[in-house]
Amino acid sequence: MTAAPPFPTSPAPVLPTPQTLSIEGLTVAAGHDGAGPVLVRDLTLELRRGRVLALVGASGSGKSMTCMAALGTLPPGTRTLSGRVRLNGAECAPEALRGREVATILQNPRSAFNPVRTMRDHALETLAALGLAGPDSEARIEAAMAEAGLDEPARILPLHAFEMSGGMLQRMMIALALLAEAPFLFADEPTTDLDLVVQARILDLLQRLVAARGLGVLLVTHDMGVVARLADEVAVLDHGRLVECAPVEEVFGAPRHPVTRMLVAAHLALYGLELAP
Amino acid sequence: MTLIRADGVSRTYRSFSLVGAGAARTALAGVSLSVAAGETVALLGRSGCGKSTLARLLCGLERPDRGTVSYRGTPLARLDRAGARRFRREVQMVFQDAPGAVNPRFDIRTIIAEPLRHLTSLDASARARRVDELLEMVELPASLASMLPSQVSGGQLQRVCIARALAPSPALVVLDEAVSNLDLHLQAATLALLKRLQQASGLAYLFVTHDLRLVERFAARTVVMDAGTVVEETPSGALVELRHPASLLLKSAILPPLPARMPVRMAARMPAPAPVA
Ligand SMILES: Nc1ncnc2c1ncn2[C@@H]1O[C@H](COP(=O)(O)OP(=O)(O)OP(=O)(O)O)[C@@H](O)[C@H]1O
Ligand SMILES: Nc1ncnc2c1ncn2[C@@H]1O[C@H](COP(=O)(O)OP(=O)(O)OP(=O)(O)O)[C@@H](O)[C@H]1O
Ligand SMILES: [Mg+2]
Ligand SMILES: [Mg+2]
Repeated sequence: MTAAPPFPTSPAPVLPTPQTLSIEGLTVAAGHDGAGPVLVRDLTLELRRGRVLALVGASGSGKSMTCMAALGTLPPGTRTLSGRVRLNGAECAPEALRGREVATILQNPRSAFNPVRTMRDHALETLAALGLAGPDSEARIEAAMAEAGLDEPARILPLHAFEMSGGMLQRMMIALALLAEAPFLFADEPTTDLDLVVQARILDLLQRLVAARGLGVLLVTHDMGVVARLADEVAVLDHGRLVECAPVEEVFGAPRHPVTRMLVAAHLALYGLELAP
Repeated sequence: MTLIRADGVSRTYRSFSLVGAGAARTALAGVSLSVAAGETVALLGRSGCGKSTLARLLCGLERPDRGTVSYRGTPLARLDRAGARRFRREVQMVFQDAPGAVNPRFDIRTIIAEPLRHLTSLDASARARRVDELLEMVELPASLASMLPSQVSGGQLQRVCIARALAPSPALVVLDEAVSNLDLHLQAATLALLKRLQQASGLAYLFVTHDLRLVERFAARTVVMDAGTVVEETPSGALVELRHPASLLLKSAILPPLPARMPVRMAARMPAPAPVA
């Protein structure tokens, strides 16, 4: 969808594709009536094309819920109580974002695949759902797989999820996300199941897509090494609230909130380093 | 004393396809590995090299095509009823794919109590007490007990699976990427918990991981696999001892501690050297 206003009020050029994706005042609660505990509270984030925003926080702090609420894919038993998403300033329905504007990589790759379908079925379905199917489908799929570090498409495409290792599935999910060629990407723990060599390759790839295609990324990760490698800004969640949002250098150099300090300190300890006092 | 041992185990998978038997894939080719009582062995290797396959063979979930797995000196195929029962209680596995390893219709309490029902003689109230104790050990709130797997976060479900594996007081726990979805504070806390249990009861661990930064902190011995075979073993968890090209490749891909645009001294300092004892 092209959301540029018909009469631009500023001299900024009319852009063919959205440049920002913002989540505003998002509140998510448990319970079908939303009367249960609040899981995400009044959260506001802005993604920009060509930038990587990392979303970090303790396990259970609401990172996955935030991604799912913004795309209208909350699991049963949870509800968005308030909030909106804006694409380049214009409010739009979360469902309208999925696939075309925002590609997704989900936490726990295995559960994202239909167990009775092959990898080829999944890839063809992804293209068809976006209206991108055509005579070049097979070539596009193989190119996306190669980019995601899956070098043997002929062997892998006929496989089912149970026939693949955890890291292979994660790369397949990344390949499916690349097929969409969407301007934004939500990546929830995209490299947890990958060995370090593949992880480095995927992070390089994401960095290239950010630079070359202007991909805007919301990167959920528990690994502050991944944050250090890729992020421009970092948002920190604690019990569903945004407690800190700052450029990556600031978060590592002068973390302010206790949760941020705890995460950075635990990370530096892995390298035998300590937080500067 | 050797607790578990694989001798020259091999495993080949044939993929299923509509056009008849697909290509065969050798996941393991003559692998030998043993774990002594009370020991922690780290198992490293590239994605798809056969780590999860080896883990499943050791736990008796799949049979090798060639070679044998022995528990306390007896090949698994020759264990008598009592021996097989003991093996099932004493060897527990935390699977890489947590959502796929739990019954989605059972609540968390039932999931953690499952091995207690099948493998121990605890009555209902003793089982309930044990579940409460386990939840606390893995830092999960008691309120989680009544929730379904779909209602808990990725890291919370991973801790549920760790609690379930620890429930029947095993002698060996195979941890397949078992802390990969935990935030750094929880990773450290979980590894500390596992170490305490080991000191108290002589538990052994096979720690399958892609995160080399965790190995030095946790493992007493390291085994590196590549393409279905063991290529290197070191008698300590020290990464400097790893020399095989496959190991060096993994080491070279360890992520940097800090963002590239930031000098190390700005953020962190090396801790003061420990006083010489
Ligand atoms: N249906 C539900 N009812 C009640 N609570 C729920 C429900 N679904 C999720 N929750 C809770 O919402 C909180 C946030 O979950 P979320 O999956 O967003 O965490 P996360 O930050 O992604 O954590 P992780 O790093 O472990 O993946 C968790 O505490 C979880 O238990
Ligand atoms: N049931 C199966 N059917 C067919 N092939 C399989 C099956 N299970 C595993 N394989 C193949 O065996 C190889 C090893 O897989 P395995 O899951 O053991 O790797 P891994 O070392 O655990 O990788 P990762 O780090 O990505 O989890 C892979 O090439 C995989 O495709
Ligand atoms: Mg999550
Ligand atoms: Mg595996």
